[in-house]
Amino acid sequence: MRTMLPRPSGPESLWTLFTAPIVWVAHFLISYLSVAIYCAKQERFSIGFDALRIAIGIATVFALVAILVSAWLAWRQWGFGAHDPPHDEPTRHDRTLFQGFATLLLSGLSFIAVIFVALPVLFMTECLR
Amino acid sequence: MSTGALIWLALVGLLVYAIRDRRRTWSEDAAGKLILWAGPVFSSAVLLGLLTYALWLMPALRPTTHGVLRIEVTGTQFWWRVVYHKSGRPPAISANEIRLPVGEPVEFILRSDDVVHSFWMPSLGGKMDMIPGRTNTLPVLANREGVYRGACAEFCGTSHALMAFSAVAMMPDDFDRWLNIQSSPASGAAGPGRDLFTRHGCGSCHRIDGTEARGLVGPDLSHIGGRETVAAGVLPNTEEMIARFIAEPEVLKPGTRMPSFAMLGSADIRAIARYLKGLR
Repeated sequence: MRTMLPRPSGPESLWTLFTAPIVWVAHFLISYLSVAIYCAKQERFSIGFDALRIAIGIATVFALVAILVSAWLAWRQWGFGAHDPPHDEPTRHDRTLFQGFATLLLSGLSFIAVIFVALPVLFMTECLR
Repeated sequence: MSTGALIWLALVGLLVYAIRDRRRTWSEDAAGKLILWAGPVFSSAVLLGLLTYALWLMPALRPTTHGVLRIEVTGTQFWWRVVYHKSGRPPAISANEIRLPVGEPVEFILRSDDVVHSFWMPSLGGKMDMIPGRTNTLPVLANREGVYRGACAEFCGTSHALMAFSAVAMMPDDFDRWLNIQSSPASGAAGPGRDLFTRHGCGSCHRIDGTEARGLVGPDLSHIGGRETVAAGVLPNTEEMIARFIAEPEVLKPGTRMPSFAMLGSADIRAIARYLKGLR
C-alpha cells in the first residue's frame, strides 16, 4: 500500500532543503533593508511609508506562497505522512524520506519566521522621527 | 502576577500528572500529536500573540515631537541638570527633580556632561543611557499622580549610589501652575542669607534666577525650597539638611565637586540654608 503512493518525480537535492530558509533570509533582508534605507533617506523618495508597507505586504505574500510550495514538495517527498520517522536506515529510500521530513519542518519554521518579520509593518505607520 | 500564578499551577499540575502512580501508556500516535500541539503549535501561537500585543503598544511608546513637553535632563557627577521646554514658553531651568503632567506624553532628552549615566524612573518607564556626545530620547507617560523615585542606573563614580532624584507626577493644571512659577524668580527670598550667598561666592557655581548668581557648575538653586529632596535625592529637603550639606558635602556625597564651607560658621550657614529653603 505504502509503495503505491506517488514517489517524487523530480530530482531532489540538498538544495530543496534550503529553499524555505533562503526565502526567509531574502524576505528578512528585503523588509529590514528597505525600511532602513527609506527612513534614512526619506527626502529622496517620492513614495510614502504606506506604499512601502504595502510593498512589504506583497513581498510577504510571495514569500509565504513560495514556502508553502516548498512545503508541499517536501510533503510529497516524505510520502504525504505515510511513513513515520525516524528514517535512519542506510538506504536511499530512507535518506529521501528523512530529507523530505526535514525540509517540511524547516518550511514550517520559515513560514512562522516570515510572519514574525512582517508583523511590525502592520503596526508601524511612520519612520522614527 | 496572576498569569504567573496560573502558569505555575499548570506546571505543578503537569508534574503531579507525570509522577502519578498508575500510568496509562500513551500510544505513539497520541504522544506525537501531543508533542506537535503542545510544542511548536502552542508556543508559536503564544509568541505570535505576545509579539502582536507588544507591537500594538509600540506606536504609543515612540517619541513624538509635536506639541509635547520636552524635558532635557543632563547627567553629571553626581546630579541632574533639568530644563523644561514647552512651546510658547521660555525654558525653565531646574535640577535634581522631575515634574511631569499626568496623562500627557513627555519626551525626555537625555545627555551626559562627563561619563555614562543612565536615567531610570522604574515606576514610570524604562531606563535609558546618557552617553557623552550623544542625545537619547525617552518617551514617558505618567498615568497616576504621585511621587516616584528615579536613580542613575549606570555606575558613574564614587557617589553613583547617591545620584537619585524624585519624579513628581501632577495633574496638568497643577503642573502648568508649577511651570509658571519655575519660569520666573522665586518671590519672598531676601534677608541676610541672600547677601551671604553672594558674598561667599556661591553664585560662581550655582544659579539663582533673578540674582547675580549665574554659575552653571553646580545645580540650579532657583526654586530649591520647593523640591522633594536635596543633594540629588539623598537628603530630605529641610533647612537642617541644606545646612549640613553646605558644611560637609564631601561626607554626604564623596567625590562631589563642591568644597566644604564649614569655615563660614554655623550661624552663616544656617542663614544661607534658611534663604535657600525659602526659594520656592
